[in-house]
Amino acid sequence: MSLLQVQNLRVEFPTRRGTLVALDDVSFEIAPGEVLGVVGESGAGKSMTGAAIIGLLEPPGRIAGGQVRLEGRRIDNLPYEELRRIRGRQIGAIFQDPLTTLNPLYTVGDQLAETMTTHLPIGPAEAKKRAVEWLELVGIPAAAQRVDSYPHEFSGGMRQRVVIALALCAEPKLVVADEPTTALDVSIQAQVIALLKNLAREKGTAMMLVTHDMGVIAETADRVAVMYAGRIIEIGAVREVVKNAAHPYSAGLMGSIPPISHRVERLQAIEGAMPRLSAIPPGCPYNPRCPFVFDRCRVERPELMPAKANRAACWLYAPEEAQRLQESGLA
Amino acid sequence: MPEPIMLELRDAARHFDVSRPLLQRVIAREEKRILRAVDGVSFQVPKGTTLSLVGESGCGKSTVARLVVGLYQPTRGEVFFDGLPLAEARADPTKRQRMQMIFQDPYASLNPRWRVLDIVAEPLRAFGLVKDRRKQVERVGELLTQVGLSPLDGQKFPHEFSGGQRQRISIARALSSNPEFLVCDEPTSALDVSVQAQILNLMLELQKRLSLTYLFISHNLSVVRQVSDRVGVMYLGKLVELAPSETLFHTPRHPYTRALMEAIPDLEMTGRTRIPVGGEVPSPIAPPPGCPFHPRCPLANDRCRIEVPAMIPARGTPETLVACHAVEEGRDGFLDGKPRLTPEPA
Repeated sequence: MSLLQVQNLRVEFPTRRGTLVALDDVSFEIAPGEVLGVVGESGAGKSMTGAAIIGLLEPPGRIAGGQVRLEGRRIDNLPYEELRRIRGRQIGAIFQDPLTTLNPLYTVGDQLAETMTTHLPIGPAEAKKRAVEWLELVGIPAAAQRVDSYPHEFSGGMRQRVVIALALCAEPKLVVADEPTTALDVSIQAQVIALLKNLAREKGTAMMLVTHDMGVIAETADRVAVMYAGRIIEIGAVREVVKNAAHPYSAGLMGSIPPISHRVERLQAIEGAMPRLSAIPPGCPYNPRCPFVFDRCRVERPELMPAKANRAACWLYAPEEAQRLQESGLA
Repeated sequence: MPEPIMLELRDAARHFDVSRPLLQRVIAREEKRILRAVDGVSFQVPKGTTLSLVGESGCGKSTVARLVVGLYQPTRGEVFFDGLPLAEARADPTKRQRMQMIFQDPYASLNPRWRVLDIVAEPLRAFGLVKDRRKQVERVGELLTQVGLSPLDGQKFPHEFSGGQRQRISIARALSSNPEFLVCDEPTSALDVSVQAQILNLMLELQKRLSLTYLFISHNLSVVRQVSDRVGVMYLGKLVELAPSETLFHTPRHPYTRALMEAIPDLEMTGRTRIPVGGEVPSPIAPPPGCPFHPRCPLANDRCRIEVPAMIPARGTPETLVACHAVEEGRDGFLDGKPRLTPEPA
């Protein structure tokens, strides 16, 4: 059975000018020990999905429909206190900026120990001992001394290691990592990704990895979901989505990444920009930018359907449009 | 005949005094603290070509950009623009208008209270190039068309545009004084990848059409690969490698350059295990003695810990300038055909 089930999740932001739908009909599952990558451009709703799952939506945003289940139990409608206990114990969170995640007034050891005494049946002495072990595990040199240091005494990469320790120390079953390496330099990025991947594998932790960096996803994730304008438009095994994307948007996204191996005459670009939440076009939200658009796309909204080895929300893959798919060259 | 040189830096350095106030310093008996953001950088950019500077945050690449456009004065060394010392070139408006800059953040670099028309026309007014208001509108219309926007967009305000469109406006503004030389400081790093491709294509087209010279600053090696003729790799305020783009990406020589390339996440998913560089960039306030990279370098030996390496042609790839004792001595194994990033077996 899957560890996390998200079904038809809908998140709305009431504003003076009407209700904005930030997430619309988002469904996916994550199995124990699996890493699901969530990619998309800014504003696609990938961070919002993570925030909705851990119950940290910024007001006035609210879950307006659908369900989030952890080990079969609904968690989207729990009272705050109950959800708070689940968060930390069963769901760990890692955010982009390690400095704002850590409390500047407490030593990293105290923060680790507090998390463990809150969520695990252990006393302060044991917690302190484990805090040192965790710092060692995430590769902080001289952990026994550094455990009494404050966050500002660490560099960016080291802080992110502390944040990872903090997210994992209560041994959660699921970790939601939102752009965990974006604030770091490439050479540090590689260290942190390797660390996250190994820890998740060792502890059998499931992970939802939100990032805009396809390279990170390609290296870390088992499956990947591509988001656009608040919806999942393609989901499948990472190799299939990266190498053989079905949806025209995913294909365009992969094509616009500049290759490191050679110089190209002209980069593939997707014309235009993602629509604002207040002006999502009817039908398929990608239709104004799509090179393969036809009448049906402008009227009827496609749901996820089998497409190549993945599932994609694109009318080209409807059985009755087989002819068109052939002509598009996407098949 | 070699191309004439548009920009030349000779041992340029920029230091910042980051000491605490005098009284506090005297009480605490502290030394002055000098941050060596750029510490002796030399390179040339021939006309019509692109030189890129890459490196991680804090390596001094943006400080170089600011030195080049005169936003900072060099602490040491010289900057020449089209054969003239920079201060002289900047004192002359007809020279100054030939150099423009594109900034990283398209949300911060456009005045939110001005219409796009006024933003793009500002250099025209500042240099007195086009005085007549009607002609200004016309010229702005041309510039906006050139960057793929509509002349009607001149009446809008910056908030009505997306990040990519804003960066197009920045480019139109930079082009309005007919410059020959553009300094681009991370022009696409705030943009999404599909939009980044649009902007890079636009910059390459404009370069061809207007024979522009670019100094391109970026931390993204894949982007640099697509736009550069030559690439300089910076580490802790110094250039460690400078080579033609193809040479650098085929045969990176400096251990830091090789480590950087090694660290890029791989879309090809060949399943290779990446060897991450250990450690982190040291503080530029107290840089290590000798080669700045030696604390993280797998090839470092005693000489590297004491003697600062000079930029010299690399053995095996003489078009590459590299500052590395290991390359000079052949300890990197390149000449034996076994490039290694591990110490030689004793």
